[in-house]
Amino acid sequence: MAAPNRGRRPTGSQGKPGRALALILIAMVALTGGMFWAGQLTPRLGIDLAGGTTITLQAKNQPGAPNAINETNMNTAVGIIERRVNGLGVSEAEVQTQGNSNIIVNIPKGTNSQQAREQVGTTAQLYFRPVLTVAAGAPDQEQPAASPSPSASESGKPADGDKATDKPEAGSPSPSATTQGRAVTEGLKAPAASPSPSGSGEPKASESPAPSDTPAPDPSADPATAALQKKFTELNCADDKARGALGDNVKPSDTTVACGKNSADQWEKYILGPAEVDGKDVDDAKGELDQQRGLWKVTMEFTDKGAKKFSTITSRLSQQQPPMNQFAIVLDSEVVSAPQVNQTLSASAEITGDFTQESAQNLGNILSYGALPLTFEEQSVTTVTAALGGEQLEAGLIAGAIGLALVIVYLVVYYRGLSLIAILSLLVSAVLTYTLMALLGPAIGFALNLPAVCGAIVAIGITADSFIVYFERIRDEIREGRTLRPAVERAWPRARRTILVSDFVSFLSAVVLFVVTVGKVQGFAFTLGLTTLLDVVVVFFFTKPVMTILARRKFFADGHPWSGLDPKRLGAKPPLRRSRRTSVPTDPKEA
Amino acid sequence: MSRLGNLGARLYRGEVGYDFVAKRRIWYGVSILITITAIVGLAVRGLNMGIEFKGGAVFTTPKAEVTVSQAQEVAEEASGHVAIVQELGTGGMRIQVSELDTAQADKVQTRLAEEFGVDREKINAELVGPSWGEQIANKAWTGLGVFMFLVVIYLAIAFEWRMAIAALIALIHDITITVGVYALVGLEVTPGTVIGLLTILGYSLYDTVVVFDSLKESSKDITKQTRWTYSDVANRSINSTLVRSINTTVVALLPVAGLLFIGGGVLGAGMLNDISLSLFVGLAAGAYSSIFIATPLVADFKEREPQMKALKKRVLAKRAAAAAKGETEPGAESDTDFDGDGPADGEAAPATAGAVVGQRGRGRGRPSGKRR
Repeated sequence: MAAPNRGRRPTGSQGKPGRALALILIAMVALTGGMFWAGQLTPRLGIDLAGGTTITLQAKNQPGAPNAINETNMNTAVGIIERRVNGLGVSEAEVQTQGNSNIIVNIPKGTNSQQAREQVGTTAQLYFRPVLTVAAGAPDQEQPAASPSPSASESGKPADGDKATDKPEAGSPSPSATTQGRAVTEGLKAPAASPSPSGSGEPKASESPAPSDTPAPDPSADPATAALQKKFTELNCADDKARGALGDNVKPSDTTVACGKNSADQWEKYILGPAEVDGKDVDDAKGELDQQRGLWKVTMEFTDKGAKKFSTITSRLSQQQPPMNQFAIVLDSEVVSAPQVNQTLSASAEITGDFTQESAQNLGNILSYGALPLTFEEQSVTTVTAALGGEQLEAGLIAGAIGLALVIVYLVVYYRGLSLIAILSLLVSAVLTYTLMALLGPAIGFALNLPAVCGAIVAIGITADSFIVYFERIRDEIREGRTLRPAVERAWPRARRTILVSDFVSFLSAVVLFVVTVGKVQGFAFTLGLTTLLDVVVVFFFTKPVMTILARRKFFADGHPWSGLDPKRLGAKPPLRRSRRTSVPTDPKEA
Repeated sequence: MSRLGNLGARLYRGEVGYDFVAKRRIWYGVSILITITAIVGLAVRGLNMGIEFKGGAVFTTPKAEVTVSQAQEVAEEASGHVAIVQELGTGGMRIQVSELDTAQADKVQTRLAEEFGVDREKINAELVGPSWGEQIANKAWTGLGVFMFLVVIYLAIAFEWRMAIAALIALIHDITITVGVYALVGLEVTPGTVIGLLTILGYSLYDTVVVFDSLKESSKDITKQTRWTYSDVANRSINSTLVRSINTTVVALLPVAGLLFIGGGVLGAGMLNDISLSLFVGLAAGAYSSIFIATPLVADFKEREPQMKALKKRVLAKRAAAAAKGETEPGAESDTDFDGDGPADGEAAPATAGAVVGQRGRGRGRPSGKRR
């Protein structure tokens, strides 16, 4: 900030008040012009004023990964969440980190906030789990095309991921059309009832055993397995709530039940073994067009570690019977895809199936960006309707206007003519604050929220304080018997120091507040800091120069009773230098 | 105004004044009493923590033909928890239910929408986890610590460490009072309150800094004179900046009051209200402490310095001598050495001020030597 430096030059503001005034005028014009040029005539309103939902998420450390919460991971998480939220068809949803471990998601009005919350609250945890059982999604709902498989004895101990269990499953093992010498998996999105129209041309028979037929697991299974089986039997994937609750408290090492949609967009449910590869093991994945076959596929690259794990799991799975030759790609406890494995795969793999361009790319994104080492916990969710936000803004503005009016009345009553300068300064300050706020919207994503409005109102006091310090100093000088012009100049260096010191303290508190707080409260701190800085600018470049100029006017210089600088009223001594005053009564000594 | 203006002038010249420093023990006593009350209140009654700290949900409904008790019944029935319902200035209601989870909150929101006959989307819901408030509070404590540390360093550089310590004590005092008021009155503590409290940090110091600035200036070269002790000078500083302190406090309080009474009145409880309430209490406490606590403390600290002790001795000896000589007016004998940069236009305050308050050094004036 240039202001203090300038102020320190002894002659700077004294001799050429016009220059400083011109400078601030140019600044104001430039800012206002910039505002029009940017087409940003009003400050961007925060979610709480414009309506919408704000979700605050806090990253939780995973056991075994104490240092997972770092900047890189947080930024990756922001990217993923942003993709997901905006994938809802929400425009201008904002996702940003806040502090070290928080992510704030602002979703403007007009979105289904519940849906948004579902999408955002459970954040990208990607696992590859072996499939143990598949069934149609709802207990009472048979898939028309599904051929109920006869009682296939399910893997008795799913928790073991027991590969020895043989599965006389009805589904025909799909011979996969392996191309490019690359490992190919297929049977996208769970073995589907609908024959795949894809070029791979394998007969994709339904492998879904009817839920009612779902065989009881090994009777000797422990209660946990029985419970799991029961849960599986009762699970209704068509029920949003039931599905939403699935991911709760599931550890990667657990055997679990999950839902997923098949390519016919129908729900299917799964029993899945413990996670064997997780999202961190995926190096990169993308949806791309297979030029030769003219179909969309998803290719994956694993990290070294991931490749090892993946080759272990695929070599095992490829020897299994369906459906146990599938692995499920589980994202946030929902099966995104459950391709079959026909051979051992390692560092890279591709998934084919009926992908559209969009679904292939989405899956690619999920695979590459779903590699989140973090889980998040919902800290707070605030939904505000636009109507209420408008009311709040209005009330805030009314409160601000009244506060401002009270301050002006007080200044006028107390400072009379001087208050003109104070009011003009407040006005300049207001113009600068407003234009800056409007411009900071597109520039740094500043959004005016309710606490920020509050901060701006509170800042009226800070700004006025500086004038009071200066005016009182001038008055003190006049009381010393000086005429106005020297008084104005002599008062300035001292007032300047006081203003700088106290503004620095205010600024410091705003900075600390900004750094330590989370979410919308930062708006408050930001506004406080901004207005404190502007206060310094205004006092140096406007108030002081204007004061200098006005001090030359007769009205002020002669101490008109309404100028607020009437020496008599101020109780100034007659300006007789070196004369000793004896007329003043003295009080008895008390000290 | 004229009376106030005159008062300002007389305060400035030291014709009138309150001996803040000499009577400091009274005010220390008052402050200690307030602090003890605050601590006892805090210990006995505790703070009424808002749902942000306990976890829960706040629903804000639009205007509807539903009574408060009906709304409460619905909310309690749907959630199974106690609901606090307040009517808002807008005609709507603010319904607060603690210890809700997401699913329950959804249910309550839906039920309320039915009861109020409005769209679900028209009801605002603010759902917070129990750790949210804790996180804010933890950060607030961190912020408080960091700020105090930085400000003490800054003030120690800008002024001196004694002033920094005094300012810090005054600051802690303000915060204690504010928290105490919250405990005693049973006001709800929300993140807004915490923010307000943190904002007091800057404000509370504002007035203190103004007084210290004046004190620093007038106590320059204090050891070169024998008419005033440091306490006299400190007291003079408080008095001469009294009008300024009052004005800045009033001007700072006016917008906050507007926010508190008008904004809050229209909106009912909410973050605006929480911030402005704690600001209001804190600002008042800050103004008090800067006058009655911070500066007298500095005087106390300074009087312990050897050279200040010596000065006091000299001053007292001189006064005693003057009294012995029958000279009732010590002020008539103008000091000589004190203001190396004394008033430029004749003897301003010191010559006329009588003994109540100290010299106000007015910067680069005529060398005092000339005056003799």
